[in-house]
Amino acid sequence: MRAVVVALVAFLTLPTLVVIAVSFNPTAILSFPPAGFSLRWYANVLAYPQFQRAAINSVYVTAGAVALAMPIGTLAALALEREDLRGRSVWAALLLSPLVVPGVAAGLGFLILAAALGLLRSPAVLIAAHVTLVLPFVVRSVWVSVRNLDPALERAAASLGATPWRVFWRVTLPLLRPGLFAGLLFAVIVSVNEFVVSLFIANRVTETLPVAMFTYVVNYTDPSIAALSSLFIGATVLAVWLADRYLDLSRVFLGH
Amino acid sequence: MTRAVVELRGCTRDYGAVRAVDALDLAVRDGEFLALLGPSGCGKTTTLNLIAGFVTPTAGRVLIDGDDVTGRPPHLRGLGVVFQSYALFPHLSVRDNIAFGLRERRVPAAEIERRVGDALELVRLDRAGRQRPGQLSGGMQQRVALARALVYRPRVLLLDEPLAALDRKLREGMRDELRAIQRSVGITTVFVTHDQAEALGLSDRIAVMNHGRIEQLGAPREIYERPATRFVADFIGGSSVLRGRAVTADRVSVAGGALQVTGAALVAGAEVELAIRPERVRLATGPADNALAAAVDGLVYQGAQTELTARLADGQRVLVFVAEPAPFPLAVGQPIHLHLPADAFMPLA
Repeated sequence: MRAVVVALVAFLTLPTLVVIAVSFNPTAILSFPPAGFSLRWYANVLAYPQFQRAAINSVYVTAGAVALAMPIGTLAALALEREDLRGRSVWAALLLSPLVVPGVAAGLGFLILAAALGLLRSPAVLIAAHVTLVLPFVVRSVWVSVRNLDPALERAAASLGATPWRVFWRVTLPLLRPGLFAGLLFAVIVSVNEFVVSLFIANRVTETLPVAMFTYVVNYTDPSIAALSSLFIGATVLAVWLADRYLDLSRVFLGH
Repeated sequence: MTRAVVELRGCTRDYGAVRAVDALDLAVRDGEFLALLGPSGCGKTTTLNLIAGFVTPTAGRVLIDGDDVTGRPPHLRGLGVVFQSYALFPHLSVRDNIAFGLRERRVPAAEIERRVGDALELVRLDRAGRQRPGQLSGGMQQRVALARALVYRPRVLLLDEPLAALDRKLREGMRDELRAIQRSVGITTVFVTHDQAEALGLSDRIAVMNHGRIEQLGAPREIYERPATRFVADFIGGSSVLRGRAVTADRVSVAGGALQVTGAALVAGAEVELAIRPERVRLATGPADNALAAAVDGLVYQGAQTELTARLADGQRVLVFVAEPAPFPLAVGQPIHLHLPADAFMPLA
């Protein structure tokens, strides 16, 4: 049992470790093991204008997508659980379906739509695409919290004199916090790492960081890309660690 | 007659094809403690929800202090509600839970502080204010729920099975405390329960409900001693119902014997049903006045008393509580005589 777990962990983390090791390689080739230790590729990455622009694009796109997806997803989760919906399972399947649509198909769809609407140069299309991609994660996470919410709590608040809006603000929303944070975390990670769909609809001006990295790899093969990947990995690990520390992720995901 | 604080007029509530409450009329008097008592599914909780405004009636009207509030949402009704699960806000401290209603009423902070302090004192939780509800025992949570519902001085207090979640020992303590608090505050209270001992011990009046209707409304003693229907006689305290035929206005022939019955004007020759409480039936050593021959059918020893089921000559069964120690040794199959006092019968409508 133990050996299996160790092997599995090694298998899962090995690629990541290789990338991190290569990023410190002083020579200009992607070779493993590295020939020494250098931070030159980190300096190169941070100074490369196209990466700088793409990083800022990524921040805008992710922030915009999450800012839209969180309220939409929360309301959708509340409606799915609370409203007397006709065909609830159909609505649920539709809201969660982007998870199963291949990225290439979704990307192509957005490309055609954007072209038809004359929005090919607009970052709005990118944000819209990211909203649809992260929405299922938000809906699913918040839905779990809605389901765990005792409706008597909201009745109690109403009986104490709270208007429906105040009930939502003072009771419903605070009690959905675990689901909201889990949804937020997923949404950010999915959006920041999103590549396939973004590749279809981004151009040189609007492209996000993963797209810029891909373009770079197509043209150059130095350890810059490993350095950037390492920064990416570090940021993700930091985000998850912070979330785990302040939110108790096991409670969020395992529901207790 | 004091005027009604809460009034339901012809209230009906349907859930799909199920009629939970059926053309119910009820008037709750100022300052009284009224219990809605009945088995599960009798409509008592729906009735409470109609008063609170969580549920709107399919037909009929709800009045509070004479105002028609039928379409008014719960937050504008100004009532206090204690839920079976307590429904304390887990993300707020005990103090903030209690202050909730005052904050919604925009009471000044200094006064909130003072009144929450008073409320904590009323329910003897002065030192638990900073804790979260999850850290408290069931009995303490119950008291927080009560304080939260009382602190803004609501017109009416609604209690939905508030003691059901507590274990027996704690429940009895809380029952006395609840009554003491209700008396000291003097608030009109409607209390939903399926526990007849609770209803008998706490209430000024009891509404016994069955199938969405009120079977009988009256003081506990009246309900217990003069049940209006067979259902009430059976649900409260348990009764045996004897079928017989009236011989004269006060004599009934039952199972081959004749019984004197006081307090009822019977029509000679009519079929009658007489209910009698198990604690009113006595064992007689031999044939006597108002006694019937029977055989012991079952015995359940319960410490302070034994529950004896007796079978009459015609097969009808009578439940008897025999105080322990029993006057003579009892065994299944043994022939006995049951003394049924003339004034112990409760004629049913």
